[in-house]
Amino acid sequence: MKLKQTILAIAGVALAGSLQAATLDDVKAKGHVQCGVSQGLPGFSNTDDAGNWTGIDVDYCRAMAAAIFGDASKVKFTPLSAKERFTALSSGEIDVLSRNTTWTMTRDTQLGLNFAGVLYYDGQGMMVPRELGVTSAKELDGAAICVNTGTTTELNITDYFKSNGMSFELVAFEKSDEVVKAYDSGRCNVFTTDRSGVAAERLKLTNPNDHMVLPEIISKEPLGPVVRQGDDQWFNIAKWTLNAMINAEEMGVDSGNVADMMKSEDPSMQRLLGTSGDFGKEIGLENNWAANIIGMVGNYKEIYEKNVGPDTPLKLQRGVNALWKSGGILYAPPIR
Amino acid sequence: MTNQTSRDIAYLRTEDAPVLPPPVDSIGLIGWFKKNILSSMNDFSSFGAAVSSVFYAVLTFGLLYIGLSLLWGLFDFTVLSAVFNDPEGLKRGVCTTVAQGGVAENAVGACWPYVKAKWQLFVYGRYPAEELWRVDLVFIMLAVGILWLIWEKAPFRKWVGLFMLTAYPVIALILLGGGKADYEQSTVGFFLIAGALFYLAGVLGLRDKLGEVLLAFGGGVKVFGIALLVIGLVMLFLSFDYGLEKVATDRWGGLMLTLVVALTGIVASLPIGIVLALGRRSKLPLFRVLSVAYIEFWRGVPLISVLFMSSVMLPLFLPEGTDFDKLLRALIGVALFSSAYMAEVVRGGLQAISKGQYEGAQALGLNANQTNKMIILPQALKIVIPGIVNTFIGLFKDTTLVLIIGLFDLLGIIQNTFADANWATPTTSMTGYLVAGFIFWLFCFGMSRYSIFLEDKLHTGHKR
Repeated sequence: MKLKQTILAIAGVALAGSLQAATLDDVKAKGHVQCGVSQGLPGFSNTDDAGNWTGIDVDYCRAMAAAIFGDASKVKFTPLSAKERFTALSSGEIDVLSRNTTWTMTRDTQLGLNFAGVLYYDGQGMMVPRELGVTSAKELDGAAICVNTGTTTELNITDYFKSNGMSFELVAFEKSDEVVKAYDSGRCNVFTTDRSGVAAERLKLTNPNDHMVLPEIISKEPLGPVVRQGDDQWFNIAKWTLNAMINAEEMGVDSGNVADMMKSEDPSMQRLLGTSGDFGKEIGLENNWAANIIGMVGNYKEIYEKNVGPDTPLKLQRGVNALWKSGGILYAPPIR
Repeated sequence: MTNQTSRDIAYLRTEDAPVLPPPVDSIGLIGWFKKNILSSMNDFSSFGAAVSSVFYAVLTFGLLYIGLSLLWGLFDFTVLSAVFNDPEGLKRGVCTTVAQGGVAENAVGACWPYVKAKWQLFVYGRYPAEELWRVDLVFIMLAVGILWLIWEKAPFRKWVGLFMLTAYPVIALILLGGGKADYEQSTVGFFLIAGALFYLAGVLGLRDKLGEVLLAFGGGVKVFGIALLVIGLVMLFLSFDYGLEKVATDRWGGLMLTLVVALTGIVASLPIGIVLALGRRSKLPLFRVLSVAYIEFWRGVPLISVLFMSSVMLPLFLPEGTDFDKLLRALIGVALFSSAYMAEVVRGGLQAISKGQYEGAQALGLNANQTNKMIILPQALKIVIPGIVNTFIGLFKDTTLVLIIGLFDLLGIIQNTFADANWATPTTSMTGYLVAGFIFWLFCFGMSRYSIFLEDKLHTGHKR
């Protein structure tokens, strides 16, 4: 921290915080994006055997670094607990929060934050033992339910059972590992968490085939990256990093063929990859910003399949996270 | 009676009866068993005795059964049904049954390939792989230093002790962090100059050159000056370029981080604690009130809230974008917190010293500092060795709380690896927790044994 910057920062605070420093300039000055991730969630942000961060949330941050610096490795990760995450963002400790955070109205409007879009459409699901013989969540009257304490999961399941006039018993634990152990040992009849979490925890069951996931999805959990309010340039970069990845999948560009596509005559492809127009310059980046994202990190399909897709242990189908053309709801505004 | 008469009596023996071996059932394993186990359960002389015998028999063999089956369960889990190798690199597959999506035929116990794959993370956290030799060097220096100090007959123990307490922490910080810290020159200069000034004022004050106030408080001013000088010097050393790659503290983790936090707390808490304990018993109201306020404040808040405040609240008060190292915040919090506990332990020792010791020291013409240094503290600290080590062990285990502020200590990084879907099996978490528990036990048990050794060595004249 240089002295001059310190004084500027103090002056900024003194002026009732009205002078928002341009995050992009700060990020360029320090040479990396500081990205807040979770302390460990399979497929979203976890460390591999060598200690490198992997996951879909992590790859989003790498994509931002690729867009800004043309180098996907110029990103540092701050693992945050659920309690810390918003303070860390509003205090400037991190530049972007990519931590499986559900986009809700309260968070978007009352915390001084902006959601840049939806990286993964999740929803709360339920898993039950097959021997219970139920096929729908509506038949679960009187069930004992294993949940994590203090999460929206707990609230959602309570709301769901109450609105359907069913009785239930909550068996709550602090850590998701304890929840799944309790479910596996028969302490409760229902295991509930976000669908992606159900897929991950199912790997830890003694007899995974004896359990089934019920069709009902009882809540909407659109998970997306978050930035501070009041810096539109940075907000735009966060939004369009995500949009570029989705558009790239739609247009069929991936890390393998991006070099060939640079020669494409298709005007919309030229706009995406920056061979025509000044779309990158307009948001403070180089014109080949999206080409860097696709070449260094990949399009949406690639990061999905690498981290949570059918070839990973999580084996999550695309479902609603498929493109709008393929029956999903992923739809990014065009670049033009 | 004479010898003559005694020899005449025919039924008196003239030589000793041969020494027979004790009965078979009173020696060896059987004897031990009869004496210690069976004796409480073979008395059927009355109804009451019989009931009690049966009760003890049921209790003994019941507990024995429980204990053995627990041990057997552990042995079965860790050895018999455990998976040791993963030659084909199947990861979770090798530790799961076919139904669970793997290749094992029966249910699997401990998944050791997982520990093997993650071992580097457990020990070094996310420290860059090509720089691991630096951490190893720090570990080796620590181990050699500690062994040297423990071994009574080693030469130059005094110098090694001095080295371990002064130069070693700085060298370790340089090796781990890589130096090149970008402190402002003005900050370093401020610490060095202010430290030197305070030190000079203290020295001159003690010689009665700067008036009454500094004559009375010269010692304290001098110590404060030294503390500032030390901080300045450490910052100066850390900012040189040693040709090492810089490794930011967010990449420190695992056992290494646990040791850094615990050792900092241990090394810092003893001296600060002694000063606070003396302050609390001081006759000067200012020192006493300050010490009491400090101790009661830090003992009044849980460590977890100290850490939480330092990580969540502090950044809100600091100017936006200020990057005040998270690890440093945790280290300061732990050191301040543990020194308050240490102060009360040491105060217990001070109170155990009789008034006669002070009076004797005064009669010899010793001043307050000399009395404390030569008479009181050596005795007081010896008495409270169990308490001090108790605090150290508690502190070592409390370091796991740093997970709450996003630092991955040994336990934190082990829990973090449970989130890796490539290794998710029903027994992964149990294996991980077993490893964590064993490593923590190893360190705490080691400290506890050394404390017993120290007590034995130092108990001159107090043995009952």
